[in-house]
Amino acid sequence: MHKRAKSGPKCIGSKILKGLVFLATFLTFLVLFFLIGYILVKGVPHIKPNLFAFQYNTDNQSLMPAFINTVIITVLVLLIAVPIGVFSAIYLVEYAKRGNKFVGVIRITTETLAGIPSIVYGLFGMLFFVNALKWRQSILAGAFTLAIMVLPSIMRTTEEALKSVPDSYREGSFGLGAGKLRTVFRIVLPSAVPGILAGVILAIGRVVGETAALIYTAGTVPEIAEQMLESGRTLAVHMYLLANEALYMDQAYATAVILLILVIGLNALSSFVAKKLAKGNGNGEN
Amino acid sequence: MKKAWKERFMQGVFFIAACASVLAVALICVFLFANGVPAMKEVGFVSFLTGEKWKPSNNIYGIFPMIVGSIYVTAGAILVGVPIGILTSVFMAKYCPKRIYPVLKSATELLAGIPSVIYGFFGIVVLVPMVREFSRWLKAVGVIQSASKGSSILTASVLLGIMILPTIIGVTESAIRAVPSVYYEGALALGATHERSVFAVVLPAAKSGVVAGIVLGIGRAVGETMAVIMVAGNQPRIPDSILKGVRTLTTNIVMEMGYAEGLHRETLIATAVVLFVFVLLINLSVSLLKRRGEHA
Repeated sequence: MHKRAKSGPKCIGSKILKGLVFLATFLTFLVLFFLIGYILVKGVPHIKPNLFAFQYNTDNQSLMPAFINTVIITVLVLLIAVPIGVFSAIYLVEYAKRGNKFVGVIRITTETLAGIPSIVYGLFGMLFFVNALKWRQSILAGAFTLAIMVLPSIMRTTEEALKSVPDSYREGSFGLGAGKLRTVFRIVLPSAVPGILAGVILAIGRVVGETAALIYTAGTVPEIAEQMLESGRTLAVHMYLLANEALYMDQAYATAVILLILVIGLNALSSFVAKKLAKGNGNGEN
Repeated sequence: MKKAWKERFMQGVFFIAACASVLAVALICVFLFANGVPAMKEVGFVSFLTGEKWKPSNNIYGIFPMIVGSIYVTAGAILVGVPIGILTSVFMAKYCPKRIYPVLKSATELLAGIPSVIYGFFGIVVLVPMVREFSRWLKAVGVIQSASKGSSILTASVLLGIMILPTIIGVTESAIRAVPSVYYEGALALGATHERSVFAVVLPAAKSGVVAGIVLGIGRAVGETMAVIMVAGNQPRIPDSILKGVRTLTTNIVMEMGYAEGLHRETLIATAVVLFVFVLLINLSVSLLKRRGEHA
C-alpha cells in the first residue's frame, strides 16, 4: 500500500517526462521535414528551363551564372584548403612529438578559427584580400576567404582519419624498410582517404551554402566570372539577393530548391563515404 | 643521401602547412584590430559601447542597441533551442530504437548542413507571416497596442533556436553516451524508473558536456548573420517588446558595409571587433568546460 502511494506520483512524473522527450523529438524532425517539404512543394513548380540560361538579365533571373561561379569558387577553395589542411594534419599526427608546445598553439588557433562567425571572415577578406592585396571584389578573394574558413574542419577530419589508421600499418611499412615519407604517402594516407573525403565533402557543403563571407569579398555581380579577379555571385548569395529584393519570389523559391537539393546530395554523399570508411576498417581488422 | 634530403624537405612542407592556421588567426587579429580600434578611440570606447543611438548620417555611433539586440536574440534562441535540443538528444541516446537511429542521426546532420540563407528564406515565407498573424490576434484580444510587421525578436529567436538544435543535440548526445552505463544500471537497480535514471542520474553526470553544447549553440547564435538579417527587422534601437524588430551586431555590419565610408566604415569594423571578442570569450569558456569535463 505504502509502496504504491509512493510510486504513483513518480510514475506520473516519469510519464510526463517521457511524453516531453517524445514531443521534443517529434518537433525537431517535424521542423526539418516541414522546411524541406515546404520549399520543395512551393519551389519545384517554379523551376523552368529559362532559369538555366547562361545570361542573367532583369527579365530572366537565371541562376546558371551563379551556379557556375559556385563551382569555380568551390574548386578554388579545395585547391587551396585541401593540401594545406591535409599537410598540417599529417604534421600534427605523424611528425609532431607528444607534448610539443607548438602543437598546442596550432590546436588553439584552429579552435579559434572554427568559432569565428562567417561575417567576421567576410570582413577580414575584404580588408586583406580585397583592399590590402588589391584583388578587388573577385572570386579569388572569395575563395581565399572561404579556404581559411573551411581549413579547421578539413584539418580535424583528416586528423581523425589519420589517427584511425592502425599503428600496425605503419610498423609493417617501417619493417619492410620504407622511410617515413613513403609510409605516410603510400600506406597511411591511402587508408585514410574515405575519412578525408567525407570531411572534404562537408566542406564543399559549407562553401556552397555560405553567404555572409562572400558578399563583400566575391561580390554580387550576377554574371559568370571569366577571370580570377572578376566578381561573381554564388548560388547562396544569388538566393539571398533575390529573397531580399522580394521582387522575384518565384525565382527565389526555385533557387532555394536547387540549393537545398545540392546540400542534401552533398550530405548524403558524405555519410555514404563515411560508411564506406567504417566498412573498410572492419575488413582491415579481420 | 638524396632520400634524407627529400624527407627533410617534406617535413618542412608539412610544418609550414601547419603554420598556416596560426598565420591566419594572426592576420585576422591584426587586420581587424588595426582597422577597428582607431575608430573606437575616435568615438570613445565608452560612448561607442554604451551609446544608445546609431545615426551614421549625424556622426553618432553607439552600438549598445546592437549589443542588446544580439543578447535578446541569442537568449531567445536558447529558450527555444535548449529544452527541445536536450530532450531530443535524450531520445537519441536513451529511447531511440536501433533501427531508426541512423535515419534520425543523418536528419540532424542535414539540419546542420542546411545553409543559413535557406533558413532565412523559410523565416521570411513561413515564420514572419505567422508572427504577424499572432500579433494581430494579440491586438484584437487587446494584449498589445499595435500589431507587429512580423520581423521581430520573436521570429529571429525561433529561427535561431531551430538553427542551433543540431549543435546542441550533437554535443549533448555524445556527452550522454560518454556517461558509464553502470550509472544508469545502478539507478535502475535501486528501483528508479527509466526516466528517473536518465534525468536524475545520467544527465547530471553529463552536465559539463551539456553546458559545452549550450555554449557552442550561443556562439553559433551570436555569429549568425544571414538568417537574422532576413527576419529580425534590423531597426537600430533598443526594443521594448519581443514583437519589435531589432538589429544585431552581425547584421549591422552587413546592412551598411556596402555603402559606408570613412569613420562610418571603420565603426562597422569596430563592430566586428566587439563581435570577435564576444566569440573569443565564448570559445574560451567552451575549451575550459571541455578541460574540466576531461579531468572529472
